[in-house]
This record gives sequence, C-alpha cells and structure tokens, in this order.
Amino acid sequence: MDIPGTLKYSDEHEWIATDGTVGVTAFAVEQIGDIVYVELPAVGTMVEATKAFGVIESVKAVSELFAPASGKVVAINTTLADSPETVAADCYGAGWLVKIEMSNPAEVAALKDAAAYGAMIASH
Amino acid sequence: MHQTALDARHRALGARMIPFAGWEMPVQYSGIIEEHQAVRTGAGLFDLSHMGELWVEGPDAGAALDYAIVTAPSKMAVGKAHYSMICTPEGTVIDDLIVYRLGERRWMVVANASNVAPVVAALKERFAKFNVQFDDATMRTSLVAIQGPNAAAILQPHIEFDLPRLKYYAGAETVACGVPALLARTGYTGEDGFELFVAWDDAVKVWDTLMKAGEGHGLKPVGLGARDTLRLEAGMPLYGQELDRETTPFEAGLSRVVKFDKPGDFVGRAALERAKDAPRKQLVGLKLTDRGIARTGYPVYLPAAPAACGTVTSGTSSPTLGASVAMAYVPLESAAVGTVVEVGIRNLRATATIVPLPFYKRST
Repeated sequence: MDIPGTLKYSDEHEWIATDGTVGVTAFAVEQIGDIVYVELPAVGTMVEATKAFGVIESVKAVSELFAPASGKVVAINTTLADSPETVAADCYGAGWLVKIEMSNPAEVAALKDAAAYGAMIASH
Repeated sequence: MHQTALDARHRALGARMIPFAGWEMPVQYSGIIEEHQAVRTGAGLFDLSHMGELWVEGPDAGAALDYAIVTAPSKMAVGKAHYSMICTPEGTVIDDLIVYRLGERRWMVVANASNVAPVVAALKERFAKFNVQFDDATMRTSLVAIQGPNAAAILQPHIEFDLPRLKYYAGAETVACGVPALLARTGYTGEDGFELFVAWDDAVKVWDTLMKAGEGHGLKPVGLGARDTLRLEAGMPLYGQELDRETTPFEAGLSRVVKFDKPGDFVGRAALERAKDAPRKQLVGLKLTDRGIARTGYPVYLPAAPAACGTVTSGTSSPTLGASVAMAYVPLESAAVGTVVEVGIRNLRATATIVPLPFYKRST
C-alpha cells in the first residue's frame, strides 16, 4: 500500500505535508469504500488536532475526518464537491482535503512517519 | 457467530465480512457501486443463507397461517408466493415475510435473519390450537439469489425448469446446478431475478456453477451493501428501518398487503381495522436538492420550523439516479408529493422534496 515517505501520519489515517496540506491515506480510502460525498470546513475555520473537522461519506456510511494538527484552514479542495471520487483516485495528490496554517508545528513532530504508520496498519 | 456454507468462497473473493444478525456476511466484494451497477445492467449473485426458512405443513396449515399473519395463504394457488407481514395484536409489524405455497398442505415462510427468533416464537404460539407441523429449517437451508436483467439467461442452462413459465412471485421445486432446489422468481433488488433455496452444503455447487456461468454476462458477487442500495432505490422497506413494532402496515404504505376480506379472525385484526384510518405518520420518498446525504435517524423539518416533524429511515447516494435519496416518516399533512422539507444533516439543513416511491422502476 502506498505510504509516501515525505508525509506524516495520524492514528486516524490522515496525512499532513510540511506545508500543512492534509488528506486521507490509501488505507483509509480502502476502508471507506466508494466515496460519494466530502464535507469540508469553510476557509478560516480553526481546527484542533485529533478533533473532527469534516466528514467523508461512502454509499453506506459516514466517516469523520480528524485534524492531524491544530491551526487555521487556509484552503479547501473545492473540486471535491463535484468530484468526491478524486479522493480515492489520488489521495496523496489531487484528492487532498484542506490546507492548515499550523499554530503548533511541534504537533507534527509527534505524528507517525511512513515506517511507523506502515507498521500500524500492518497490525490492523 | 454463524457462518454460511459459502464463507470460504466469500473470503477467497476478497469480501469484507461484517457481523449481521448473528451471521458473518459479505458486505462488499469489489465495491458497492460496482456491485449495484452489475445488478442493474448484468447480474448479481447473492448469498442470503442467513434468512429464515420456516415450513408449515398439515391439514390446518392454511387456516393456521391465515390466523397468524395478515395475508390469506390458504387462498393462494399452489406454486405461488406473496409478500406478507406478521403483526402484533396491537397491529404493528413483527416482521415482513415472503410466503410460498408448495403443496395443498405445505407452505414455506421466509423471515428476515434479524427476526427469525421472534417470528418463530410468534408462529408457534399462534399455531398452538391448529393441527400443523412447524419446522424451522434455517440452519439447514442455504439461499442463493441471482438478480438482474441477465439472471434468466445465466440460470436457464443450469436448471431443469423452463424459466419463462415461472411468473414473478411464483415458486417451483426442481433441480438447479445438479442439486434439488426450490426455485422462486422473487427478489429484493427491483430487477428480474431468482432465488434458489437448497440444502446447506449444496450452496457451494450452486454458487460455483453460477459464478462460472455468469462469466461474459456481467455477473458479479454482490454483498449486503449493494443489496441495501438496490432495495432502497426500488422503494422496498427494510425491517428495523422502515418497519418495526412502532409502525403499522398502513403507515409504511403497505395497506394492500393486509387482507381484511379473508374469513375469520387473525392476530391484530381489530387493531389493524382501527389503525387503517388513523395513521400517525406516512412513509415518503425524499430527493435532496442540496448537497449531503440523509442517513437513518436524521431529523426532517418543515422549512424553517424549529422542531423536527419526522425522521429519515434510510438514505444514500443512489448509484442509479446519481442523486441523494432517502425514505422518511413525516406527518400525514406534510406527506404530499412535491412538499418541500429540510433534512438536518449535522449542523446544517438540506432542502429536499417529497417524491413518489419507488425511486427506480425497471423499464421492462
């Protein structure tokens, strides 16, 4: 399963890049199934690490999205409103969710690197 | 947790298994949307061995069933089937059922997996004063369904029965895929299709034969996830969502099922006679015109009203319609087609319009 080495990972299966871009992992995509709806916060919303900031829905179920770091939402991926399937097609690229201006970058240091995240999902 | 006779097949196909009504069942194989589309355009193969098969036989079997449930199985011709319900004495729904008449004195009642125990208990109690033999065959009966426009073409070479002779809601005892089978033209998808009730271990032979026969006909194995979206598009109720012991058949839009014109008393008759003209809520179809998906339990409001007037029972993003649809209970005065309502989705309200059920009807 694809786990890019340049990203950091939360236990809730979100990834965050050094520039604050956030998305869900390939493992999460596989678990969720066919993605048909993504609900994201408005730009300017303050999010808190480990707290829900949006939802991603499959045909069958609603899954919450949890912020991997605290900060202000400075951009959202508006293309997902009409093309939620992009998340599954390219979860580390065009299927990104939000960009966060991190208020405490030290939180990211506490997240898992690709090796640790890979080990976590392998034991799933 | 029970496993069906096809458990190893599901796992080999990479199915995601979930606990459902005490059974480990496949919820999806390749993906719910793909499986859903296969049933609408080609064919789908389902393992429904968790369903309850209850046999009622004997000199009084017809009269006993007429007394126990809301339809009149004694009036049905041999080889026919009908949709029915078993109700409480208060006129609310214990379960919805399919009843097959297979002989002059022989019927089979199919109950939902989640309700086998209460249905068995209620039937046994209601049969006490009748001369009938009751047999719960659930644990020795497998059920494999093949549904979709190509179902007949796939099944025909493997069954000793001329399928065009089998009408919708009819059944016959025959041989399928080399094993004795009760064949029925019934289903829960809104498509043409067949259900094959076979001995427990024979399910493997039926499954393998039809999986192979379906190659080139667009057949896919289909899990409970797509079964739910298929039945929802077809406007079919699911027990526990649209039907429960708080709901009468009339509220669920199933007035036609209750046969008041049958002779004699039946359990719930008096309460149902009263409930007939006094529904407290009405099941409706909703189509969301705003973004979002209405899910089970979400509140329904009249526009700008502070308090909810109803509740969503089932909802999804419809793979066939490409729209967000739901079924919901609303007050009678707000149940007219065209009425605009709002669905509470988390902290927002999404506008929806009441539309006729079913959402989807096959063209042939």
